[in-house]
Amino acid sequence: MFRKLALTALVAMALTSGAATAEEDEAGVTNYRFSFDGPFGAYDQNQLQRGLQVFTEVCSACHGLRYVPIRTLSSADGPGLEPAEVRAYIDQNFIEVWDEDLRDYRAAVPNDNFPENDAAGAPDLSMIAKARAGFHGPYGLAINQFLFGIGGPEYVASFLTGYNGEDDEVAGSYLYGNDIFYGGLTAMAPPLFDGQVEFNDGSPNDVESMSLDVAAFLMWAAEPEMMARKRMGFTAVILLGLLSVLLYLTNKRLWAPIKRRAKGGPAE
Amino acid sequence: MSGIPHDHYEPKSNGEKWLHRRLPIVELLYNTLMIPTPKNLNWMWIWGIVLAFALVLQIVTGVILAMHYVPNVDLAFASIEQIMRNVNSGWAIRYIHMNGASLFFIAVYAHIFRGLYYGSYKAPREVTWIIGMLIYLVMMATAFMGYVLPWGQMSFWGATVITGLFGAIPFVGDVIQTWLLGGPSVDNATLNRFLSLHFLLPFVIVGLVIVHIWAFHTTGNSNPTGVEVRRTSRKEADADTLPFWPYFVIKDLFALAVVLVGFFAVVGFMPNFLGHPDNYIEANPLITPAEIVPEWYFLPFYAILRAFDGEVWVVIWANWLTGGIVDAKFFGVLAMFGSIVVLALVPWLDTSSVRSGRYRSSFKWWFWLLGFDFMVLMWSGARPIEGIYPYIALIATTYWFAYFLVILPLLGIFEKPLPMPETIEDDFNAHYGKPDADGQTAASPAE
Repeated sequence: MFRKLALTALVAMALTSGAATAEEDEAGVTNYRFSFDGPFGAYDQNQLQRGLQVFTEVCSACHGLRYVPIRTLSSADGPGLEPAEVRAYIDQNFIEVWDEDLRDYRAAVPNDNFPENDAAGAPDLSMIAKARAGFHGPYGLAINQFLFGIGGPEYVASFLTGYNGEDDEVAGSYLYGNDIFYGGLTAMAPPLFDGQVEFNDGSPNDVESMSLDVAAFLMWAAEPEMMARKRMGFTAVILLGLLSVLLYLTNKRLWAPIKRRAKGGPAE
Repeated sequence: MSGIPHDHYEPKSNGEKWLHRRLPIVELLYNTLMIPTPKNLNWMWIWGIVLAFALVLQIVTGVILAMHYVPNVDLAFASIEQIMRNVNSGWAIRYIHMNGASLFFIAVYAHIFRGLYYGSYKAPREVTWIIGMLIYLVMMATAFMGYVLPWGQMSFWGATVITGLFGAIPFVGDVIQTWLLGGPSVDNATLNRFLSLHFLLPFVIVGLVIVHIWAFHTTGNSNPTGVEVRRTSRKEADADTLPFWPYFVIKDLFALAVVLVGFFAVVGFMPNFLGHPDNYIEANPLITPAEIVPEWYFLPFYAILRAFDGEVWVVIWANWLTGGIVDAKFFGVLAMFGSIVVLALVPWLDTSSVRSGRYRSSFKWWFWLLGFDFMVLMWSGARPIEGIYPYIALIATTYWFAYFLVILPLLGIFEKPLPMPETIEDDFNAHYGKPDADGQTAASPAE
C-alpha cells in the first residue's frame, strides 16, 4: 500500500519536475537569505533594531502598525529593547495614539499599539510580511513555497529595491514603475535612497541593506512569536518522536507472540 | 455487539454489580474497547483514530479560541490578532486549530480512499459508509464556516462565492441565498450565524461519529482481504481476531504519534503554508482579490464546480432540455454536489461481489487512476480558468463520474476476481510466513 503510494508520488513528481525547472518565478522576487529562514533560523536582533529605525524614520510617515503593541519591542525574541528604551523611543518619536475616553490624542504608553496611519491611503504594515507571497508554483504545485517559505519578507525587500523608473501617469495620478508590484505601477514613490538612515553602529545603509532590515523588522511585526513557535515545534517533534519510538517498541513486543504463532513457532 | 463470539463483561465487585443493575455503562465501555478486531488490519486502518483525535483537538482548541474571538465585522480580524499577540500561547492554539483542519481532511481523505479500495462500503456496511459521508459533509460545512471567521479577504470572498452557489438554484436561489446570509450580502449577520454554526456542528459530528462507530461495531470491522470473520465458533473467531485493546489501541497510538510528528513540524515551522496570504488582509467588500481560491481540501470539488461552462455540450444539452432553467452555473453546482452523491451511493454502484480491491485485477488500476484523478482535480481547482486548464479539469471531472457511474457497475460484471484466502487467519499467517492454516508446512522450522 505505502509502496504504491510512494510510487504514485514519485511518478507524479517525475512527470511534472522536468517542466517545473523550466519555469521562472513570474514575480521576479529575489530569494534573499534571512537569518530567520528555515526551522533553525532566528531573528537577528541588531537587524530588527535597524529595521525599526528605518520603519520609524521612513515608513511610519505614511504607514501604520496598528496591531503591534509597542511594549513587544522589548521582547527578547524580537528587537529586545530595554523597557526604558521603549519609553524613550515613544518620547523621542512623539508617538501619539487616539484615546477613545479622552476623545483626543495623547502620548502613547508601551501598552498601546503603534498608531494607525492611513492618512495617505497607505496599507497598514502589521501583517504585510504574511499577507504577501514572494514565491509561487511551479505550476501551482506549491513546491517553491515548501522549499523556500511563502516569501513575504523576500517580497517586501524585493519590492523596495524593485523600482525601475518607468513611471506613468494614469487617470491623473502619478504612478511609479516597480518590477515586483502587481500590475507594475505603484502609488508609492521610491521611499529609500542610499545613505538615508544613519545607523549608530555604522551598518551599511544602501537601499538594499535598508530594505532587508525593514523587511526583517516587518516579518517580526507580523509574526512576533516565531521564535517561540519554532521552539514549540522542536519540543513537540522531539517528544512525539520519542513517544513514537517507545510506542513502536511496545507495539512490536505486544504483537511478537501473535506473529511468532503465525510463523508456526511457539507462542511464548 | 458484532455477533463475533467473544468474552463478555461480568461485574465482579459489589460496587460494579450495584452500578451494573442501574446503568450498564462499564459493560458498554468493555464491549466497545474489547471488540474482536480482524488481526490482519494494515496501516491504512489507523486513520479512524487520527480522525477521532483531530475532532477532539479541534473542539478543545476551538472552544478556547471562542473565548477570545469577537464575531463582529469591525472587530473579528483584530480579535484574531489579539489572540495571536496578546493571549498567552494564543498563537499556538490558533495555529494548531488552523492546521488541525488540514490534518482532519488529510486523514478523512485517506480514510475514504481506504474504504474505496478495500470495499469497506459493501454490504453489510452501507450504513457505516452513509453515516461517514454525512460526517464528511458536516465537516466540510464546518471547515468552510470556520474559514470565514478570521474575516480576512479570502474569508469574505470565499464566503461570497460559496453562498453564491445557492443563488444559482432556479427560481428560489436568491431567496435562499438571502436567507442563508441574513441579508443581501456577506455581512455581520452572516458572520454571527457562521460562528454559531461553526461552534454547533462539531458536536453534531461527535454524535454522528458515535453512530458511525456503533454501526461498524454491529457489523464488525472490514479488513484488507474483505473476508468476514468466522462467527461459527469461538475458536475460529479467536483465530481471526484480536481484541481492540491492547493490540489495536497501541498500534493506532503509535501511528497517531508518527502523524503528529509531521503535524507539529508543520505547525512549528510552516504554519501558513496551507493557508492563503490574502487572509492576513482584513476583509474589504470593495476590493476583490486577484484570485479567489478555497482551502486545499475543497479544491477537487471546486474544480468540478468550475469545469462546466456554457461551452460544454452536456451543459448546452441540459440547458436546451430544461428550457434554459439549468444554466452553466447551476449545472456546475449540481455537478459539485453530484460528485459527492455518487461517492455516497458507491455501495449500490459497485456491483462486484468481491469486497477487497486486492483481489480485483482491473479494479486496482481504475482505483489508482481515481486517486490520481483526485490529485489532478485538486491541482486544477487552484489554477486560473484559462489555456489548457479548463480542459484538464473537465477531463478529470468526467473520469470522476465515469468511475462511479460506468466503470464500477461494469467491472462487477466483466471482471474475473483473483484467488482469495479462505479466512483472515490464512491471510495473516501467509503474511507472516506460514502458508497454510494447519501449521503443518511452516516456512520457518520450529525452534
